[in-house]
Amino acid sequence: MQGLETVGSALLTLGLVAVAVALSLYERLDLERDIAIAVVRAFVQLAAIGYAINYIFGLESPVAVVLLLSGMVGFAAWTSARRARGVPYALPVAAGTIGVAAVATVGLLLLLQVIPATARYLIPLGGMVIGNAMNTTSLTLARVRDDLTEQRLKVEAALALGATSRQAVSPILKTALRNAMLPLIDSTKTTGIIFLPGAMVGMIIAGADPLEAARLQIVVMYMLLGSVSIAAILAGLLSYRSFFTTRHQLRPDQLLDK
Amino acid sequence: MGLEVEISGLRYTVGKAEILQGVSARIPEAEITAVVGPSGAGKSTLLRAINRLIEPSSGEVYLDGSPTSGMDPLVLRRKIGMVFQLPALFGATVESEVLYGPRLAGKDADAARLLEVVGLDISLSSRDPQTLSVGQQQRVSIARTLALEPEVLLMDEPTSALDEAARLKIEDLIQELNARLNLTIVLVSHALDQVERVAGRVVLLAEGRSEGEWSKQEFFSKEGELARRFVSGKL
Repeated sequence: MQGLETVGSALLTLGLVAVAVALSLYERLDLERDIAIAVVRAFVQLAAIGYAINYIFGLESPVAVVLLLSGMVGFAAWTSARRARGVPYALPVAAGTIGVAAVATVGLLLLLQVIPATARYLIPLGGMVIGNAMNTTSLTLARVRDDLTEQRLKVEAALALGATSRQAVSPILKTALRNAMLPLIDSTKTTGIIFLPGAMVGMIIAGADPLEAARLQIVVMYMLLGSVSIAAILAGLLSYRSFFTTRHQLRPDQLLDK
Repeated sequence: MGLEVEISGLRYTVGKAEILQGVSARIPEAEITAVVGPSGAGKSTLLRAINRLIEPSSGEVYLDGSPTSGMDPLVLRRKIGMVFQLPALFGATVESEVLYGPRLAGKDADAARLLEVVGLDISLSSRDPQTLSVGQQQRVSIARTLALEPEVLLMDEPTSALDEAARLKIEDLIQELNARLNLTIVLVSHALDQVERVAGRVVLLAEGRSEGEWSKQEFFSKEGELARRFVSGKL
C-alpha cells in the first residue's frame, strides 16, 4: 500500500510503458506517438478528475454532481460521434442514446434504493455507465454504417420486394446489436474466474470486505448490462432511420459522401 | 396482365449532380422495352425512379394512366418488381428467399411453381442460395420478384454478371415471362446483340436525357444506325 501513495510510484510504472514503446519501435508498429499521447492524457485526465471529484465531494451539492455527469455524457457523445463519421445526426443520436442509458440505469438504482443518492456513488457509477454506453454506441453506429454501405444492394433488393426500411435493415441491426453487446455479456459471464473487475479490485485494495466488494460488483455488472443493452438498441434504432427517407428509400447522398 | 408505364419529364438531382435531366418515354404494356445508352446515362437511376427506390426531384411516372407519386411506395414496388445486376440474395434457403416478398405482404405463394417458372429444379429449394452458381442465383432472384405477381418487371442489366451460356438462358427466360405472363418488361442493357434478340422497343438515354424511342425494327434498320453507333461508343 505504501508504494501507491506517492506520485513517484506511478511514474515508476512508466517503465512498463517504455517496454511497450520499445516493442513498437522494434516491430515498426508506428504506435509510439499514440502510446505517448495515451500516457499523457491518462495522467492529466485522471489527476484532473481526481481533483474535480474531491472538490465536488466537498461541495455536497447535487447540482454539481448532475453538471459533472452531464459534462461526461457530452464528452462521451462527442467521442462516439467522431467514431461514427458518415452517420447522419451522429452527435444528437449519441448524446440521446448515452444520456438515456445513464439516466435509466442510475435512476433505477436510485429509485430501488440500491445505491444512496450521494456523490460518492453517483459519480463513479455514472462514469462507468457512461463509458460503457459510449463504447457500445460507437460500435453500433459504426457497424450499422459499415454494413449498410457494404450490403447496400441487399437492402435495396429487400426494399424492391416491398419491405419497409425497418424490415430491410433488420438483419444488419441484429448483427450490429449482437456485435455491440456480446463483449460485455462475455466478460460478465467470465467475471471473477478470469479476472477481477475494476471496482472490486479497487475496493479490496482499499481494505473493504471482499463480500461487500462482490456485492457492489454484482450491482455494477447488472447495471452495465442494462445500460449497454439500452445504448445498443437505442443507437441502432435511432441511427438506421437517418439513412432512409420516410418513403422507404435509401438516402444515396449519405452513403456516398462518407 | 402487364400495365403501361408512362414517364414524363423525370428529373433527379443528388447534391450538384443532375443524374436525370428530363426523361420522357412510353413503355407499352406487355412488351419488352430495352433502355440503352452509354454508361453514366442514368439507366439504372431511371429504373429506380420508376419503382420509387429513389424519389425524383420532379416529373411523374404514370402506371396505366395513374400518377405513382402519390402511391404508397411499398404497394407500388409490389406492382413494379425489380431484378438487379447482381442477385443480392439474403435468405437462408432458396425457398425462404423466394417467399420473402409474399410473406412480408402476409400472403402465401407456391415456391415450387415459381422455381419451375424460372427453370430451377425443385430439389434446390432447401439449399443455401449462396451455394448456387451465379446464373442459378439470378434465376432465384427473378423467382423472388415474380412471387409478388408484379405487372411490370424492371431488369437492371440482369445478365451482365453471367457467362455466355447463362446469359442466353436468362434471355430465353425473359422472353418466356413476357409471353407467358404478359409482363411489361423494362430491360436495361449495354449489349446491343442482347437488345436485338430480346426487346421489342428501344429507348435511348444519354447524359440523363431521353434521346429517342424506336421499335426494334426501326432501331436496327438503316435509320437507327446513328443511335446504334452512339450506344456502342463509336460516335
